[in-house]
Amino acid sequence: MAFDETKTEGFKVVGTRPNRPDGIDKVTGRARFGADATAPGMLHGVIVRSPHAHARILKIDTSEAEAMKGVHAVVTRADFATGLTGENWNILENVMAGETALYDGHAVVAIAATSSLAARDAAKAIVVDYEVLPHVTDVDKAMAEGAPVIREGAADKSVPAGLHPNVVRYHESGHGDVETGFAEADLVIEDSFRTEATHQGYIEPHACLAQLGNDGRGEIWCCTQGHWNVQKVCAALLGIETSKLRVTASEIGGGFGGKTAVFIEPVALALSLKANRPVKIVMTRSECFRATGPTSSTSMDVKIGMKKDGTITAAKGVFRLQGGAFPGAPMEFTAMCAFAPYNLANVSQIGFDVMSNRPKQAAYRAPGSPMAAFAVESVIDELCEQLGLDRIETRLKNASKEGTKASFGPTWDRIGLVECLEAAKAHPHYTAPLKPGQGRGISCGFWFNHGGETAVQMALSEDGTVQLSVGTPDIGGSRASMAQMAAEELGIPYENVRTTIADTATLGYNEISHGSRVTYASGLATIEAARDTIRKLCKRAAAKWGIDEEAVSWVDGCAVPSGPNAGDFDPLPIARIAKSMGRTGGPIVGHYEATPEGAGVSFATHIVDAEVDPETGSTRVVRYTVVQDAGKAIHPTYVEGQYQGGAAQGIGWALNEEYIYGADGRLQNAGFLDYRIPVASDLPMIDTVIVEVPNPGHPYGVRGVGETSICPPLAAIANAVSAAAGVRLHELPMSPPRILAALEKQAAG
Amino acid sequence: MRYHTPENFEDASAIAAGADGVTRFLAGGTDVLVQLRSDMVTPDDLIDIKHIAGVHDITPLRDGSWRIGAAVTGAEMSENALLGQAWPGVVEAMDLIGSTQVQGRATLAGNLCNGSPAADSVPAMIAAGATVSVIGPDGSREIAVADVPTGPGKTALKKGEVVTAVNLPPRGHGGGDAYLRFIPRTEMDIAVVGCAVSLTRDGDTITAARVSLGAVAPTALLVEDAAKALIGSALDDAALEALAKAAEAACKPIDDKRGTIRFRTHVAGVLAKRAARIAYDRAGGAK
Amino acid sequence: MSQIHVTTTVNGDEVEFLCDPRETMLDVLRDRLGLTGAKEGCGTGDCGACSVTLDGRLVCSCLMLGAEAEGREIGTVEGIATDEDLHPLQKKFIEYAALQCGICTPGILVATKNLLEKNPDPTETEVRYWLAGNLCRCTGYDKIIRAVMDTAAEMRGAS
Repeated sequence: MAFDETKTEGFKVVGTRPNRPDGIDKVTGRARFGADATAPGMLHGVIVRSPHAHARILKIDTSEAEAMKGVHAVVTRADFATGLTGENWNILENVMAGETALYDGHAVVAIAATSSLAARDAAKAIVVDYEVLPHVTDVDKAMAEGAPVIREGAADKSVPAGLHPNVVRYHESGHGDVETGFAEADLVIEDSFRTEATHQGYIEPHACLAQLGNDGRGEIWCCTQGHWNVQKVCAALLGIETSKLRVTASEIGGGFGGKTAVFIEPVALALSLKANRPVKIVMTRSECFRATGPTSSTSMDVKIGMKKDGTITAAKGVFRLQGGAFPGAPMEFTAMCAFAPYNLANVSQIGFDVMSNRPKQAAYRAPGSPMAAFAVESVIDELCEQLGLDRIETRLKNASKEGTKASFGPTWDRIGLVECLEAAKAHPHYTAPLKPGQGRGISCGFWFNHGGETAVQMALSEDGTVQLSVGTPDIGGSRASMAQMAAEELGIPYENVRTTIADTATLGYNEISHGSRVTYASGLATIEAARDTIRKLCKRAAAKWGIDEEAVSWVDGCAVPSGPNAGDFDPLPIARIAKSMGRTGGPIVGHYEATPEGAGVSFATHIVDAEVDPETGSTRVVRYTVVQDAGKAIHPTYVEGQYQGGAAQGIGWALNEEYIYGADGRLQNAGFLDYRIPVASDLPMIDTVIVEVPNPGHPYGVRGVGETSICPPLAAIANAVSAAAGVRLHELPMSPPRILAALEKQAAG
Repeated sequence: MRYHTPENFEDASAIAAGADGVTRFLAGGTDVLVQLRSDMVTPDDLIDIKHIAGVHDITPLRDGSWRIGAAVTGAEMSENALLGQAWPGVVEAMDLIGSTQVQGRATLAGNLCNGSPAADSVPAMIAAGATVSVIGPDGSREIAVADVPTGPGKTALKKGEVVTAVNLPPRGHGGGDAYLRFIPRTEMDIAVVGCAVSLTRDGDTITAARVSLGAVAPTALLVEDAAKALIGSALDDAALEALAKAAEAACKPIDDKRGTIRFRTHVAGVLAKRAARIAYDRAGGAK
Repeated sequence: MSQIHVTTTVNGDEVEFLCDPRETMLDVLRDRLGLTGAKEGCGTGDCGACSVTLDGRLVCSCLMLGAEAEGREIGTVEGIATDEDLHPLQKKFIEYAALQCGICTPGILVATKNLLEKNPDPTETEVRYWLAGNLCRCTGYDKIIRAVMDTAAEMRGAS
């Protein structure tokens, strides 16, 4: 979708920084999140999970538990729909194990009782007999000959013959001839990299309150990034019609991709159906780590050739992603993002989706891209180091721009990588002096961004204020940016727009809030709904004035005659039209339903200074600057917040966060004590530069901003550590024991 | 679970002594409640000692020693300026445990009785030569802190015995102590290695020293050889190297999710040197 | 299982409740007293989302039993604003966009209010260490720290 008139200046509300409409709710404790809902007669559900990485379920004995006081329902796989295929079958198998538990934490049976303590006590009385099977949790081992097969026949047709059955999907893309390109290079560096799985680490555990009667009608309240998806998936898993379920999205306490998937809602529905009472399920933190969707772990090989002047002659990457016990690891995104920042004549990328005995991966902020950047940008840094080239100049020399054929096929429209690199170069951070023991790293990053199915409704109230209903949950201030765009377009004050996150019965299908799509797609839809509203308002004015609709324009919240020929009428404000709308044709409601496809891609460049303690291998990030293209920042403060949040998560991923599995295949660190996300004292202030290269696919030029910010940090920090300590880490996280070992190895020669 | 709030230690001890099932004493609860929530330990009898008179008191005694009640929190210790002057290493070790919130509840006695090899305050108490007062079915006794932990999650306390207070000896002239730990983040982690040094100076010369290591063995260690490396020296480079070697030699760590054997052993030596320098400076009158 | 009768004060109001001895103060606040501002992010004292004050001392309500509240004074996020007006911290948090999703916000507000009562002029480092037990996954802490520092400056100016 291209807009002939992408507005780039003259904004009145867009680009300002108003207080968010839900601010007071969220600073007073009034906002209602997933676990904050109750219902009369509500039961509490608890899920019993496999303690084994891979085990056949021989017998589930619930008799003792069911006899306990307060217990009202028990469900197993037998209580869900049969005959599912494709992704619905995968989701069901993940939500409740069938014959085999496929990972530590896999749901096996659930129970509902009158209190959470009663349910927990009853859960302990359930006896499950398992036959433990061989397991594998490492990506390379899972692909190797002799590895235990997670599920025969899971591979699709893309997989070349001769690979292990755990390789379930395969991707190949690129252009040119890499071997010719490598032959033209003055220096070719090839290296292997590994990254561990990380978790989104949202502070709010998954929670839902569900009710399903035996008439097949149900209600769900849950924290999710996509309630229409919850509706669709739950209906399929329970075998009921989609429209019989109504799903309301609660306030959501973080998602970052992790709440795009469905885990507990179908279980609560099944329990509710059995007990004929509402059932609430709230995950524990341990369950969040063991049984939701962390990101993939990876094993990657990257080879890049460069001339002495910095020109990249060829690039090749092989990306193996472990995605848990189901297909779906985002290896094609890893492959496609890997070299996207660069204009390459010869490029080849290959991806493998590998199953293992771990939880089914889910999206995590730019799924697949940060790992690719870690590998690629590390090799580019090494090439610059060995050829004595400036890091930013070299990237500028090779940077993708409008008209460049992208590494994965398309030709770039207007993009902002050069502008980001120039802004980074000009930032005082890039040339600031460093203290002894410190090093500076930079990296670029890329994310596609996404549009997706979107429906928005704008209802006018009789006083001229506006009720905007959108279908994308507000994870970080989107009510504000939607209201800004609506107010901008309508020419009314920001405060006159109330944004509501509508339930599934109120709007048409809205795709999950993923792909950094909310400000882009719901924003576009809001602007279009406003334009639809304006058309209707103008029609009323035209009727009142007795002139053609085409002769009425909308200026600053008023209908006005388009020109002198249209007639001489005083401007008719929105409030006046609204006041009489009942008599002039009825309620005025604007709406928009479409699948916008013009989500502009986004690039970023990060600069980081790190300090390494050579005696302990401890790394501290001492200065951080994010430069990223936002297209157009609707609410710059929340754009900065996205940049800072992505950087902080990237810092955690780079230095400390990882899934640690024991030899028994069980997760060793299923809690915030040992899954170490950054705390306030770990981080410096995070400086931000908002670059605005308008996206031609959005009426105001918006590009998604949420995800790109996590793409560069892994590599930027690895490059900073390399500069600070003189050792290059090829494995994440760059934990103190790993850095110390690298330092010792280097000292030993 | 039965929740008890005895008003004196004799009653507390009697409840524990007479109980059949799992018993826990509740002071700050920062370990007990985690174990309860995680279904690791659900006591049959939980005995809250915070209603007992004197458990919240930090008492400087006439001979310069200190008595710290069993329910005194880390925050209360940090706010006691005189205690901080006398035993800064013990106070900083306690202060490193957990968050501000945890500091509002956690206690020295609880940190000790939880029996974690990585407990931060334990090496500091051992280096300080601290003891605990205990009441049990057979009466009262005083045990050196070094003798309390016997293994991960295990202590020398007998059934029915409860710690009533921690006793710190007189600091005396020319003394200083320090505690350092290594963690991957800046806060909120369990120690990968901990090291406490307490020493006494006569001029530039160290006349007495105690060095204790945490998280490198099944219990916190008192490392005699490390102390010997310091005594008689003016903390010159040779003494520091000898100290590091002795500390490394004493380590019997494990590989786990928090660190490797090699890493822990190396860092034990690094921290010993760093902690010794701080303790030495403090003993010399530095703040 | 027999329940324990507890009388306590929450945000200045005397309340009574019955609870199982295993119930935490957080369970009691949320499930028995309808005060869902305090959140359970971990249940193990690692995230701070359940922060409350106990007799003026900052604690995790998930690490305290409901039964321990007898005779004590509890302060929660619901008690920070006065009847008519937000606390300066609450206003600054909105103004600075110091929250994105808002799940950690109640705990962080309780914690920072407690900090400023004890230390009206904290350094950035002091604020960061005070808040180390309050995890925020959205913001990278930058805007939180700025909001706290600015509130402290404003409150010092006003007093």
